[in-house]
Amino acid sequence: MKKTVKCLVWDLDNTLWDGTLLESPEVKLKQGIPELLRKLDEKGIINSIASKNNYQDAMEVLKKNNISEYFLYPEIHWNAKSVSIANIQKNLNIGIDTIAFIDDQDFERHEVSSVHTDVYCLDAKEYAELHTYERFNPGVITEDARRRRHLYQEDLRRSQDEKEFQGPKEEFLAGLNIELLITPATEADLTRMEELTIRTNQLSATGKTYKSEELHAYMNCDSHRLMVWELKDKYGSYGKIGLVLLKLLPNRIHIEMILCSCRVMSRGIGTVMLQYLAALACKKNKKLTANYRDTGKNRIMYLAYKFASFKESGIYEDDCMVMEYTMNEQFVPAYIKIIDHVK
Amino acid sequence: MNIAGKIREFIQENLVVWEDDISFSDTDNIFQLGFVNSLFAMKLLNFVEIEFDIKIENNEIELVNFSSVANMERLVKSKLMQAHE
Repeated sequence: MKKTVKCLVWDLDNTLWDGTLLESPEVKLKQGIPELLRKLDEKGIINSIASKNNYQDAMEVLKKNNISEYFLYPEIHWNAKSVSIANIQKNLNIGIDTIAFIDDQDFERHEVSSVHTDVYCLDAKEYAELHTYERFNPGVITEDARRRRHLYQEDLRRSQDEKEFQGPKEEFLAGLNIELLITPATEADLTRMEELTIRTNQLSATGKTYKSEELHAYMNCDSHRLMVWELKDKYGSYGKIGLVLLKLLPNRIHIEMILCSCRVMSRGIGTVMLQYLAALACKKNKKLTANYRDTGKNRIMYLAYKFASFKESGIYEDDCMVMEYTMNEQFVPAYIKIIDHVK
Repeated sequence: MNIAGKIREFIQENLVVWEDDISFSDTDNIFQLGFVNSLFAMKLLNFVEIEFDIKIENNEIELVNFSSVANMERLVKSKLMQAHE
């Protein structure tokens, strides 16, 4: 299945605007560009740039047209566009197969394809229709999606402050006032949860996607517990960034699904959640097990399990490997305050 | 540069925030020192596999193997030995 586009990377000359900036400083945006950018932005699709131009000159045009704030991590320089796209991918921390690239020149599209076979390349001629394409239409659009660019921009401020902070990392993190709010899922969370299962590829236990209706059924079912969590710090909320689906058995709690948005991976939240669940199982005097299915993309999830003291049990259920928690010394980061609304 | 040196260099370059004067020995547990999370561990795993051209198997992904420079070096050396046999 082709993935929903998470980021559209724009060429500028003769793609976003008519003409070549180096030759004519008075370039004009193509018709409908601001509206198109806004539409994509509202769907939660990030816009970025890979253009061969002078950075200052190009940014000036974008600012003059009041569209500069739409673009995250613009790559405007004279290096190969495949390199630009690799940088954007790294900065956004998203899969290469969720990136689309639009350019008027065959040469550039081929250069990008030759390095990144999974990037979705589009001819600039298609720009006016692309918002109707299937891959530009995520099934559900949530509040978190509409705020996605702002969330990334907040992240950018965080990491800039982090880089400039003089002193130990622990001290910086402690100063962020990070709070992890864990709550039972409610109906208001359903579409966001469905979206999370579709969008999360890396820190996902099984890669399985769930429809809202399925999640709704689990919500009202005695044998399961569905929880979501939200992360906040002094810069704002990261939104609802993870979920866990637990199956309650007589002697054990089984994690059917756990996932955490790749945006917050660097905060170690996946591990904190596993530790939280371990403490929960311990309190109820039950064993803790968890599903893992290798999707080819979620090796970091396997690593998170192993480093949180889970071991392979050797048992398979359906197509998932069952991991078993083994009590061990834990290193809970002191900078995260857990606010638990789950009884 | 030797194996331990390369691993040490990678750790130092890739931790975003680092006190200028901080030091850790090859046997210090970097997880206990609070430097690492699973994202960093994943980057470390990728680095080791690419740099030394080895494939770390699931049963080798254990905290103890990644907890210090010395333990990572031991793992890499044993993998390289296997590869040459």
